[in-house]
Amino acid sequence: MFNSIEALVKRAEEENITISEVMILQEMEYRDLPYLDIYNSMKTNLDVMMNATKEGQDGVKSPTGLTGGDAVKMKKYIESGQGLSGELNLLAIMHAVSTNEVNAAMGKICATPTAGSAGVVPGVLFAVNEKKDLTEEQMVRFLFTSGAFGFVVANNAFIAGASGGCQAEVGSASAMAAAALVELQGGTPQQSAHAFSIAMKNMLGLVCDPVAGLVEVPCVKRNAAGATNALTAADMALAGIESRIPADEVVEAMYKVGLTMPEELRETGRGGLAATPTGERIKEELFGV
Amino acid sequence: MKFKSVFDIIGPIMVGPSSSHTAGAARIGLAARSLFGETPDHVDIYLFGSFKDTYKGHGTDVALLGGLLGFDTDDSRIIKAKEYAEEAGMQYQFIELEETRSHPNTAILFLRKGNSRISVEGISIGGGKMEIVSIDEYDINISGNNPALLVFHKDTFGTIGRITTIIGDEGINVAQMNVSRKEKGNTALMTIEVDEIVSEETINKIEGVDGVQRVFLMDES
Repeated sequence: MFNSIEALVKRAEEENITISEVMILQEMEYRDLPYLDIYNSMKTNLDVMMNATKEGQDGVKSPTGLTGGDAVKMKKYIESGQGLSGELNLLAIMHAVSTNEVNAAMGKICATPTAGSAGVVPGVLFAVNEKKDLTEEQMVRFLFTSGAFGFVVANNAFIAGASGGCQAEVGSASAMAAAALVELQGGTPQQSAHAFSIAMKNMLGLVCDPVAGLVEVPCVKRNAAGATNALTAADMALAGIESRIPADEVVEAMYKVGLTMPEELRETGRGGLAATPTGERIKEELFGV
Repeated sequence: MKFKSVFDIIGPIMVGPSSSHTAGAARIGLAARSLFGETPDHVDIYLFGSFKDTYKGHGTDVALLGGLLGFDTDDSRIIKAKEYAEEAGMQYQFIELEETRSHPNTAILFLRKGNSRISVEGISIGGGKMEIVSIDEYDINISGNNPALLVFHKDTFGTIGRITTIIGDEGINVAQMNVSRKEKGNTALMTIEVDEIVSEETINKIEGVDGVQRVFLMDES
């Protein structure tokens, strides 16, 4: 099993295969299952993601009423043609928000790598799909590439907000998505690694400070940020821009930053935005404490 | 390496809102149920760290109860687990504790029914993955990647050998093995993660070994 991004990229280069292929081969070996079974499992995940973003675009509300309905607003805004930042970017925001609103509403989602960050990877994937009409296999492979990079992060650092802050969740998701975007666009494995590094570097230090401890505020909007950050990093890498710090060292930096993060800023709902007067008021209104 | 499958990263499919606090919690509940073998009459759930601080908002409480009732992470019945618990006659209480454990997302579940009882400590390590770290206060480490046999036995010479011989004779490959005890000569707990499915017959054979007190089989999560 590869345990570093360096090893992952090396294997892809040596065997002249894509990152997604490396991931699929490893999974086939680990599960002792044929290609089609592994492919179909991921296809099932893709279907859940597609249903989730669809559901969110029809408008959902979380049990607390704190989140929901913003994907609908973004969709209308895109249709108005008045958007500033280009349609692909706006679509990524819309799908990311939509997916995460469904999550907050206790709907069915696929964790990528976590539920709190579940909007990022499908956000960019479905945005690109709307513009480029991807094949099913391209979309499934996108998820394997994302998973390969997430696999290294999970084994060398963390992917839980309670352990390493939001940088470990939305930060990881954004970096995973950036790497997968590069492969989808025909970039090299090394360019994927650069996109991964750039995306994660831009998310270092991001704290996990959910208001009232709920995966709602600011999580839904941070998924939008993670998605657009992934697009930025992917475009930079595809333009030939390289990360000065190698990917594995960026992961290690994320890990060390997470270790020094105080407990208040690691999903306890006791610091950051959760500790603002409005955050405290919302908590009191919801739970009476 | 704690994460061995790409589906630990892209997945699980789950009811929101939190992979660690909802899906991971449901899996801890499922593991406890699997160890106990049936729905308990009563369960005390001790919550620590981030679980304690945020369980209401994350649905950690309904997820743990849902798991105890046998609901998987993607089962929408989790949302109404408190009603299902009542229907199933499973009483429960949540107890918040200030103590710091080794992991911020820790729950200890104490299950009872009639004379049988068990305490299970689980940690949720992210992305919906969990580990069971102790059973009846014996430290263990089960990844959930493989089925696991848990054998409580008298801490005497030769018991471990007799058990592993049975497993070997059945052609079952051991992925990982651990023995933990509280004090010498007392009860010890042996955990054996295996690659193959363990039959009822094998379990009966192990139960028949001199010195073996209880045997549990835990499915992979």
